[in-house]
Amino acid sequence: MRSVKNEIYYNAMMVIGIGFLLVFSIIPMFGVIIAFKDFVPAKGMLGSAWVGLKHFNRMFALAETRNVIRNTLVIAISKIVLNIIVPVSFAILLNELKVYPVKRVVQTVVYLPHFLSWVILGIMFTNIFSYTGIVNQILGKFGVPPQMYMISNSSFRGIIIGTDVWKTFGYGAIIYLAAITNIDPNTYEAAAIDGAGRWQRIWFVTLPSIQGTIVLMSTLALGNVLNAGFDQIFTMYSPLVYPTGDIIDTYVYRMGITKMQYSFSTAVGLFKSGISFLLITLSYTLANKFADYTIF
Amino acid sequence: MNKLRLSDYIILAVLLLIGFICLVPILNAIAISLSDKTAAAMGEVVFLPKKFNTSAYEEIVKEGRFFHAFGVSIRRVLLGVSIGTALSVVMAYPLSKSPRVFRQRNAYMWLMVFTMLFNGGLIPTYLVVKNLGLINTIWSLVLPGAVSVYNTIILMNFNKGIPPSLEESALIDGANPLQILVRIYIPLAKASIATIALFTMVYHWNEFFMGKIYINTLDQQPLQTYIQGLSVTLTTQQMASMTPEEIIRKLAVSNVTFNSAKAIVSMIPVIIVYPFLQRFFVTGLVMGAVKE
Repeated sequence: MRSVKNEIYYNAMMVIGIGFLLVFSIIPMFGVIIAFKDFVPAKGMLGSAWVGLKHFNRMFALAETRNVIRNTLVIAISKIVLNIIVPVSFAILLNELKVYPVKRVVQTVVYLPHFLSWVILGIMFTNIFSYTGIVNQILGKFGVPPQMYMISNSSFRGIIIGTDVWKTFGYGAIIYLAAITNIDPNTYEAAAIDGAGRWQRIWFVTLPSIQGTIVLMSTLALGNVLNAGFDQIFTMYSPLVYPTGDIIDTYVYRMGITKMQYSFSTAVGLFKSGISFLLITLSYTLANKFADYTIF
Repeated sequence: MNKLRLSDYIILAVLLLIGFICLVPILNAIAISLSDKTAAAMGEVVFLPKKFNTSAYEEIVKEGRFFHAFGVSIRRVLLGVSIGTALSVVMAYPLSKSPRVFRQRNAYMWLMVFTMLFNGGLIPTYLVVKNLGLINTIWSLVLPGAVSVYNTIILMNFNKGIPPSLEESALIDGANPLQILVRIYIPLAKASIATIALFTMVYHWNEFFMGKIYINTLDQQPLQTYIQGLSVTLTTQQMASMTPEEIIRKLAVSNVTFNSAKAIVSMIPVIIVYPFLQRFFVTGLVMGAVKE
């Protein structure tokens, strides 16, 4: 039943929200023109001189920027891969647990880190990996000399990737647990009657049943190839680990806010947004084609 | 069938260990915050406080800055949650209509999804916020992220599951869409609305970056931004001119017990709502991710 009167109501309901999006999301999109200009605040966005691809050329010429892109890819791809493997393994393991009260306790505990901010966790992990922290205390018992892991280029990436997995694996497992719950119990019984042991049940029943979810989540993760996690790295890094830990987002922040190279910073950010846009679009298209996934 | 075998005990042990690992940083921070300063700095604290004392917490209370920032964050959460949830609720209803009934629906939808896929970036967004005169006001923390497209889509998908016959009979009785939203959809979607309200709350509580770039005055800083600013920052030049021993000493000077206590206290609101969150988020997440 279409009625113009109702449509007026519908449009009115959209107006405020869309207005916010126009002001805070759409208008800034036009602001990316400063990536092609030498933006001087006093001259304004329109008054500043056009310089074409100058900032992009500089970006690709700088060894610093190339390193930042490499760090971003290494950290983000490691996170993507581990953030699929670990939650899937954990969900399967949890499904095998038969002591139900313990199951509930473990679930409660592993979901918690997802809701804590990186600011707080940054303080906690700095304690743990500090010169006098738990890690050095434990390794000291095995005769390993203490090290400052947070400012060492050989360990920083590992800490970033590991603590990210620590924070997200529990929450990430929810979707796989939901998929496992949907498996028909008869399948397991049939497998058991045929003499399948635990490993065979996992390998031939559980994994194939959640394969679709794994593929879907991997496809959607494609959009994050350039997202190495700003909040986390920003709260945990220091100049000493820029060689291995500086990523596009932290670089854009330092160039833009600290060094006030507005146009250059925007150019680097635009490069990232552009590629991410293509990747997300590709991932949604793939997810839609192969898993019937739709965003709306 | 119910007999536990050796492998069941191994799985139990592994899962208990995993659960414990998830708590290690928190337990360690609690122990440090309740320890003597020197003992904590010397690395004598693991999970039990050394020379138990609550002076770090007393310092927080005395300092005042912490609870001022705490108050700013509370205000931000109240404004952010009420505005954000209201906008999602109001937008999710028309968006759940088919384009046959609401012809502009897909145009709005594409615009919203586009804002999820692409953004203008740090500096252009900053300039907009600045030109609107929002810098150093609480609104700079609330308005730029007021519309959560993701939450709106979650609610929209929930609305789509509500039988259309409910609405049709009300329309025949002469109700307008606003009345239908308030009388039919909102009461039915209560649980979903609560879910997105809780997620919005956690988001606003934890978010620190807006406070970092849009707020330059200390008395408007939200809590996470304030805490983030506490960590000792050494510039490259400083570090280059220092020996490793000096860097170690400089970093140790940062007040470990005090900062840990602040981290613990700032976690409390999230811990309080966590039981409610946990009840809702499984359904919420599944609603958003798996669609028919």
